Amino acid sequence: MARMVTTRRKVISTVAAWLVGFLIFFPILWMVLASFKTELEAFAIPPSFLFFHWTTENYATVQERSDYLHHALNSIVIAGGSTLIAMLIAVPAAWSMAFSPTKRTKDILLWMLSTKMMPPVGVLVPIYLIYRNFGLLDTRSGLIFILCLGNLPIVIWMLFTYFKEIPKDILEAARMDGATIGRELIYVLTPMAVPGLASTLLLNLILAWNEAFWTLNLSTLEAAPLTVFIASYSSPEGLFWAKLSAASTLAIAPILVLGWFSQRQLVRGLTFGAVK
Amino acid sequence: MKNVLCAVAGAAALLISAPSIAQTTLTVATVNNGDMIRMQGLTSEFTAKNPDITVKWVTLEENVLRQRVTTDIATKGGQFDVLTIGTYEVPIWAKKNWLVPLDKLGADYDVGDLLPKIKDAVSVDGKLYAAPFYGESSMVMYRTDLFDKAGLKMPDSPTWDFVIDAAKKLTDKSGGVYGICLRGKAGWGENMAFLTAMANSFGAHWFDEKWEPQFNSPEWKKTLTTYVDLMKQAGPPGASSNGFNENLALFNAGKCAMWIDATVAASFVTNPKDSKVADKVGFALAPNTGLGKNANWLWAWNLAVPAGSKKVDAAEKFIAWATSKEYSKLVASKEGWANVPPGTRTSLYQNPEYQKAAPFAKMTLASIDAADPNKPTVKPVPYVGVQYAAIPEFQGIGTSVGQQFSAALAGSSTVDAALSAAQSSTEREMKRAGYIK
Repeated sequence: MARMVTTRRKVISTVAAWLVGFLIFFPILWMVLASFKTELEAFAIPPSFLFFHWTTENYATVQERSDYLHHALNSIVIAGGSTLIAMLIAVPAAWSMAFSPTKRTKDILLWMLSTKMMPPVGVLVPIYLIYRNFGLLDTRSGLIFILCLGNLPIVIWMLFTYFKEIPKDILEAARMDGATIGRELIYVLTPMAVPGLASTLLLNLILAWNEAFWTLNLSTLEAAPLTVFIASYSSPEGLFWAKLSAASTLAIAPILVLGWFSQRQLVRGLTFGAVK
Repeated sequence: MKNVLCAVAGAAALLISAPSIAQTTLTVATVNNGDMIRMQGLTSEFTAKNPDITVKWVTLEENVLRQRVTTDIATKGGQFDVLTIGTYEVPIWAKKNWLVPLDKLGADYDVGDLLPKIKDAVSVDGKLYAAPFYGESSMVMYRTDLFDKAGLKMPDSPTWDFVIDAAKKLTDKSGGVYGICLRGKAGWGENMAFLTAMANSFGAHWFDEKWEPQFNSPEWKKTLTTYVDLMKQAGPPGASSNGFNENLALFNAGKCAMWIDATVAASFVTNPKDSKVADKVGFALAPNTGLGKNANWLWAWNLAVPAGSKKVDAAEKFIAWATSKEYSKLVASKEGWANVPPGTRTSLYQNPEYQKAAPFAKMTLASIDAADPNKPTVKPVPYVGVQYAAIPEFQGIGTSVGQQFSAALAGSSTVDAALSAAQSSTEREMKRAGYIK
């Protein structure tokens, strides 16, 4: 009897999980479907779900009108570059705050977070002027710099909470065995923090990939990433939904694939600490 | 040996002559719509004639483009050489000296051929600051089959009473046909473009001559009450989230008996590739109430050169090409006359081939002629612009008023509450900006 209840519960919770998952995934699925419709069908009311005239003409048009690879390469360089630099700065910062906190550590952490509370448009003009004077407008390095700065507070906070979960005693034991700071970091801390590091890295990558304020405002042509590519297909006067969907599908494809393959790390990292 | 010598001499000549053709790269910022995309595709025709100029395109969604271009021009960032801007920006930016006056468009450009109303809208103190690429007004698009079936006849210049009456008669909610589709989505360029034009026809205005907001006037109350009542009785469900695209989709699917919106929509609704009702559409002027103003707006997308651009000559050359009569002919030869950018030149409307290819040509021209940006309303006003007031503060004010009116349409607010909220928010902004004390 008890076993039956468990099975039934299992079935119910599996179905519920699939339902929730489907619900969350539905907008993306809808976008992918719309990208294979004609403009007229993409707008049809009532909408057709699967039974429509499938076409790949939107992808052909998008490919013909813009240089997807150029934008995609920019996205990879900008998101990857800013993530890497942010991690290089954030790991030592979080490590020092987690393992040798001072009286002001909490204040510093709060201050870092407070910078995220300001709407970015408030500093658009000053940043634009600085970038103009330093010749950073429409350059990849300019975008890497601003995205790295923008994501640093979140990255440091995330790493800080992961590092804090690691018992200090283990590090002390290592030190008693004669480990130097370098060895302690590489052989003791890193293996224990891998899930945390991986999920922070992935989250930072996704945030940088999707960032659509600075990338749209500080780039023109040469450094324009996929966000600019998508924005060129949106229009308030004219039906471009199918083409917009095709552009969006192309834009999210790389990050979707990456997320799919690393979902185990992502979940482990995000629930790290809670399981202890 | 002689051959080798010739080859070497030729190569040397090439090497020496190569730097003499200095390449100028123009960066053109533009919005994403059919006519602009077409121009992008035809750029090679321009560069073939001007081998020293390369053209690069930055296409962005309208609101993104507006923010992007405004930031750049205000800070003199110099990222663009040619800008696509609306009639709203031209007078404001020209007065700030952000734009280069276009006086080198060439002898054969024929400025006199530009439609007078459109030319006025892009000129300040008699100087042209932008060249119109395409112009539009708004008009009534209606289903001739439904009108015939109901025994109704649409006049060329209908009154609001007729439109309201017809909308109620033609509504068949069980059959999924609604008498009228109008914009409801909040935004200064969305529902407020339509409602400001409608208010003009009811004798209402945004500000009096002392810049005092006028939402507490009986004319505004009548405008908004008429709009909300009409949409409740004869409009499609969820109209408060409908903009141009949503209504276009509804009309093309045969769900609207009438639609009052941009004249450019005419080429979409009559195109059998996109529309189920392509051969059943008629056109009429936007409605009036007999006060001398019709409920139609005036808008144009224009090409301009930002002040501080170091490539003014090349930029003007490009603009002259893109807005010329020859460009119209080029489009006609490649894609047919119906696809020529409308609403900018008198000669286009006198062209019999265009008249034949575009059944909406006559009404588009009549609509543009019926709008006057310098005298937009029945009563005198201190601002320029038909469906907007050309002051920098209008974008913010217009959108916040648009949200109030959209809420009244959705039923989450009443007409009176929306008007009084609009009045107080506009008063506050106008005081802050120093127009009134």
